[in-house]
Amino acid sequence: MIRWLLWLLAGALLGGIVHLVAVLILPRTATQDAYSRLAPIAPVNAVTPLPEPTPQNAVMPFMDPALAAAVCRYDLSDGPIKLTVPLSPAYTSVSFYTRRSVAYYAINDRSAGRRQIELQLMTAEQHADLPEEEDVTAADRLIVESPSNTGLILMRALAPEPGLMPIARAALNRASCKVEPAAADR
Amino acid sequence: MRLLLGSLFALAVAALVGLGTTWLALSRGTAFGAVSVGAWTAWPKSGTRDIDPYSRAAIARSGELPVGSGDGVAFFARTDDDGRPLDGRCDVRLSGTTPQARFWTLTLYDPQGHLIGNSVDRQGFTSQEIVRSADGSFDIMVAPRTRAGNWLPTNGVDSYMLVLRLYDSPVGVATRAAREAPMPSVVQSCS
Repeated sequence: MIRWLLWLLAGALLGGIVHLVAVLILPRTATQDAYSRLAPIAPVNAVTPLPEPTPQNAVMPFMDPALAAAVCRYDLSDGPIKLTVPLSPAYTSVSFYTRRSVAYYAINDRSAGRRQIELQLMTAEQHADLPEEEDVTAADRLIVESPSNTGLILMRALAPEPGLMPIARAALNRASCKVEPAAADR
Repeated sequence: MRLLLGSLFALAVAALVGLGTTWLALSRGTAFGAVSVGAWTAWPKSGTRDIDPYSRAAIARSGELPVGSGDGVAFFARTDDDGRPLDGRCDVRLSGTTPQARFWTLTLYDPQGHLIGNSVDRQGFTSQEIVRSADGSFDIMVAPRTRAGNWLPTNGVDSYMLVLRLYDSPVGVATRAAREAPMPSVVQSCS
């Protein structure tokens, strides 16, 4: 009897380890995470409007149907990215995610203050490589550091009523997300 | 022989316990970093880099993108204030006020996060759309059959969840007490 109890205990302990390992490796092995779902429909370093979620069809679960959404699947290996998002009348937000869907930064139109949200996205190395003058003179230039080379930028605009959705979409359609040519216009 | 049987038994227990608890933790959500107000629970750290491993795994598995901290915070309700699971065949009344926010949206999903179709093609409300009383409080009826006032159809599904998302709100990682985040009451009556 005691023998079986000991085996049970050993099994339970091993089960605890299995549990921890499963939880920790799941993000790495997930095939249906947000990035994998968006990869087929969103080219790299470009703004892709996302179709509105419907009961029949949604790119990702738990999308908020009251907000128009667009995504930029970014890859910083070719250099920093310049993001421009025009503000929609009600509410606009831009959220940044790593390859594993960890939201590392988010900003909304309250912090933007102008008619558009404009910022640069780069890795820590690219930020350190920025020439000294550029960093100092661009006092109001927002620079967001990405923990990884790849990830997602999710731009959203609220439609306070369903009839106002075209206005929200129109603002996102004018957003741009592209690799900034390195000091080409100087 | 005994050794073989014993170790097979242990391995079976390990698989059952390990994978079973994993599945349970990911589908129910854990208490790590959870902020609960009545029937509503939020995991504000899920919108930051301090997201806990369970939420990280649940998000990777479902394919959703959590609301970023600078964007807002999402409160989830799978049960009513008494802890009974939300049933689409019953009438659920949400009443009261929400915490301070520039906008909020209330959306109805099935347990997997999909929208539910219905005859009026309405899956949620925004704070601008709802009818309120003079003091700003509101009543939203989440029910299978038409209701006067703010009616959110359930289409009779047997199990659903509500997500209340506050956008541009001071509620977030620093919220500790329920009084900082007054959420609407969720009262279910089944006939």
